[in-house]
Amino acid sequence: MQEFLQQLVNGITWGSVYALIALGYTMVYGILRLINFAHGDVFMLGAFFAYYAATKLDVAMNPSPGKAILVLLISMVGAGIVGFLIERFAYRPVRNSSRLTALITAIGVSLLLQNGGILVFGSAPKPLPAIIRVQNIDLGGGVTVTNAQLIIIAVSLILMAVLRWFVLSTRTGKAMRAVSFNRDAAILMGIPTDKIISVTFVLGAALAAAAGVLVGLLNPTISPLMGIMPGLKAFVAAVVGGIGNIPGAVLGGLIMGLAEVMVVGYVSSTYRDAIAFVLLIAILLFRPSGLLGKNQAEKV
Amino acid sequence: MRSKLDRIVVALALPLFLAGLVATGGCGESKGGTIKVGVYGSLTGTTATFGQSTENGARLAIEEINAAGGIGGKQLVMVSEDDQSKAEEAATAVQKLINQDRVIALIGEVASSRSLAAAPIAQDAGVIMISPSSTNPEVTKKGNFIFRTCFIDPFQGTVMAKFAAQNLGFKRVAVLKDVKNDYSVGLAKFFTEEFVDRQGGSITGEQAYSEGDADFRSQLTALKANNPEAIFVPGYYTEVGSIAIQAKELGINAPLLGGDGWVSDQLLKIGGAALNGAYYSNHFALDSPDTTLQNFLARYKTKYGAQSDAIGGLAYDATNLLIDGLKRLHTSDPAAFEALDAAKADDAAAQKAARAKLRDLINGVQAFPGVTGAITFDADRNPVKPAVVIKIEDGVEKFAASIAP
Amino acid sequence: MRRVLTIAGTLLALVCLELLLPRVLPNTYYQRILMLCGINVILAVSLNLVNGLTGQFSIGHAGFMAVGGYSAAILSMRVLPPLAAALAAAGLPEPIAEGIVLLLALLAGGTLAAVAGWAVGLPSLRLRGDYLAIVTLGFGEIIRVVITNIDAVGGARGLSGVPRYTTFFWVVLWVVIVVTLSYNLLKSSHGRAMLAVREDEVAAEALGIDTTRTKVIAFVLSAFFAGVAGGLFAHFDAYLNPSSFTFLRSIEIVTMVVLGGMGSVSGAILAAIFLTGLPELLRPVKEYRLVIYAFLLIVLMITRPQGILGTRELTMPWAKKKPLPGGAGGAG
Repeated sequence: MQEFLQQLVNGITWGSVYALIALGYTMVYGILRLINFAHGDVFMLGAFFAYYAATKLDVAMNPSPGKAILVLLISMVGAGIVGFLIERFAYRPVRNSSRLTALITAIGVSLLLQNGGILVFGSAPKPLPAIIRVQNIDLGGGVTVTNAQLIIIAVSLILMAVLRWFVLSTRTGKAMRAVSFNRDAAILMGIPTDKIISVTFVLGAALAAAAGVLVGLLNPTISPLMGIMPGLKAFVAAVVGGIGNIPGAVLGGLIMGLAEVMVVGYVSSTYRDAIAFVLLIAILLFRPSGLLGKNQAEKV
Repeated sequence: MRSKLDRIVVALALPLFLAGLVATGGCGESKGGTIKVGVYGSLTGTTATFGQSTENGARLAIEEINAAGGIGGKQLVMVSEDDQSKAEEAATAVQKLINQDRVIALIGEVASSRSLAAAPIAQDAGVIMISPSSTNPEVTKKGNFIFRTCFIDPFQGTVMAKFAAQNLGFKRVAVLKDVKNDYSVGLAKFFTEEFVDRQGGSITGEQAYSEGDADFRSQLTALKANNPEAIFVPGYYTEVGSIAIQAKELGINAPLLGGDGWVSDQLLKIGGAALNGAYYSNHFALDSPDTTLQNFLARYKTKYGAQSDAIGGLAYDATNLLIDGLKRLHTSDPAAFEALDAAKADDAAAQKAARAKLRDLINGVQAFPGVTGAITFDADRNPVKPAVVIKIEDGVEKFAASIAP
Repeated sequence: MRRVLTIAGTLLALVCLELLLPRVLPNTYYQRILMLCGINVILAVSLNLVNGLTGQFSIGHAGFMAVGGYSAAILSMRVLPPLAAALAAAGLPEPIAEGIVLLLALLAGGTLAAVAGWAVGLPSLRLRGDYLAIVTLGFGEIIRVVITNIDAVGGARGLSGVPRYTTFFWVVLWVVIVVTLSYNLLKSSHGRAMLAVREDEVAAEALGIDTTRTKVIAFVLSAFFAGVAGGLFAHFDAYLNPSSFTFLRSIEIVTMVVLGGMGSVSGAILAAIFLTGLPELLRPVKEYRLVIYAFLLIVLMITRPQGILGTRELTMPWAKKKPLPGGAGGAG
């Protein structure tokens, strides 16, 4: 029981990170029908922006909550700018081409960020300075949780709530939903779709960067290729939840995190990646449009 | 349509042309001739640090000998190729080095998988290949032109098992390995065999992670449940630091044990205090009084601004082993030595015969004073040298024991 | 009679090529690039059957390649050596005896990969677009993880010591087979059915096309050739490692298909050769190589979004038609 509870805590923490990354995938997909393969690498950039910000602010020596928030904001703004540039210069020119063309472009951007990252940041992993002092909190019964884990869950929840409010209640959010629902109709209604798509990319990138900073709290080793696997898994999480669906991405992320942790704890760690995929395929066979996805009518 | 295609062609050709300019610039020849040495490794891709360390170690050795006037008046030229951390690319890179650049010897690769793909090609062509750190025993079995300067898995795995059982008196150890990494899997296997079968200990649990993972809590939580006295983590420093931190956060106080994959000045920067009390096996101790080693470490640090990892030292030794062979060939058989000159590459038969002579000289080396220990080759061209166990104490790495083969 | 003559002529031409190659091109580095181009052409043209012609979205091709490669390698290493010995004892010259063993291994590897393709093709009945993509990706990753964990085939340490049977002859032979089959398929009713599924599944079904069967056939055929390519690769490099079959490898093959032009066989061939050669041409720039590679990929996609050839074919005037907007890529 003690071990189970501990695994549960670990799973929820990691699941909320997946959820943050999955949100970016799902928002971009909802609006452009594009699998933004470079999203995992924006997550990586977020971690590196935090690294440079934290080094400049000398957070490691005397951390403070204010500085931690500042590092998070710098990283989110930096990644937001990168997200904007990627959309403007790589995706917009192929927006009206076939979806696979756009996908290959996204793969090109992903390779560019990874290998550019190796050139700029160096290939050796770097230690991200601890932007908060990590402390163990004993939950009783041998189950421990660190304040970092609690912060990750809290920040994830706050960011998701903000996103939900933004999409449901603001003018831009409504425009986003309109573009997602039917881009052509949105253009006819006078919605500036280019601007809305840019906003979507900036938001998604900022959330991925936040995830990058939060992962740094769990695991301070950052490297230019760190985005590949979390990116892939978050994408899978988004699909499982029903791609294009925001609550679905959160649900998918949590399932992914819990499934991985439970497979390691109770089945076999050597088969972890395989079993996670088996589970996901099973879910998709049962619910072909993902857990919360709508079963769309076929094109006629 | 045509004009658009033209534009694509121009767009493609321009960087290639520029690339060509970059490549042709800056290689001067001295009048004594040159000898070409190939270095191949993962300069890009998932294990880019390995390739860069290999290149750094090899370049340092070559620059030193060239600064000292070369060998017999000939300068060594290093030609390096990238394999993107992929086995099939390693084979391509080696084909290119042998056939295009016509190198007389190869330094590389680090990962055994890539050495295994490349070794048969080097062997078929009769080109010497010295792997700095491919630990899989299979690698040098590919032929008599293939050498290595590192321990093989069976030896290093048993070193830690013996140390844990005899010096630390542990009976119950858990294993956490990188399942995607052949080095890690090999060490875990031989550690387990030695520790259970010959040292009478038991393995309380075995868990795995994959290269690139960031979260190890679930594996550690599962291991913690059986209260091991120590956890053997035969991975790379890239993950070990994080594993140590997360273990401490979960309240695991059992020390971590590891192998030479841990060696890096990044290890303690990442892991910090969480690594105190850990042990790992290595080729050298940083606090060793050995002057060859200390000189190397100092020069490496001056040149690259970082402490050499194990791979850097092993690549430096591999290159110096080759240089030593060339020096001896120069004195014992000047004609053969002359045939190795890059300008005489067209006389393939003479060069091949000369390379075979060079191979024999390298094979016969006796207690070559490398920075990673004195190197003598056994029948399978594996170096016979002792391993050192390092203890991490208060953020400092200290010599703990020396374990003979 | 004409067909027999064509086949005999092709084989003769291939044998001549094989004998001439070492003289014309003694540099084994160039030979290797040629062989890799050939293997990648087989992979790209076979994936084109699913992604290009049928409009399904598979990113698990490396998984089929791994199945074929590993099973072919195991066969020729552990099962077929007695046959090779018997053939040699019967007085057959070595290249022919080796060729027979290789052919058997390739057919078996291809068949096992085809079975795997069938198993993946079936769920594609229920899934569309990106969901199918996930299933194929997941399948590819599952295959790789399973192989990594099987000690009998070397696990993470890889499988070394595979006999080096693959020669230029065999690679080109399979290129000829897969290309001929693709072109003939385009003219056949099966091929037309695949195109119909790609363009509009509902309409295709309304016309009486068994869309399920069409998709499964595409998957099985495509997987078979991926398996053969894997077998050729295994017997060429003499070494297999699970890390050669990650989803990144699948994506490389998808890139070839898209860059060539969705559904264009000749485009896939050109793109496979181009993308195999490009990293070699970029070698002089060292660590900038992959950055430039990625950059060129983006530039190519922006300047030529329909791929090198679009849906057109070289020397195939009958296939000249405009790409339909959003036609390729499946329903979202």
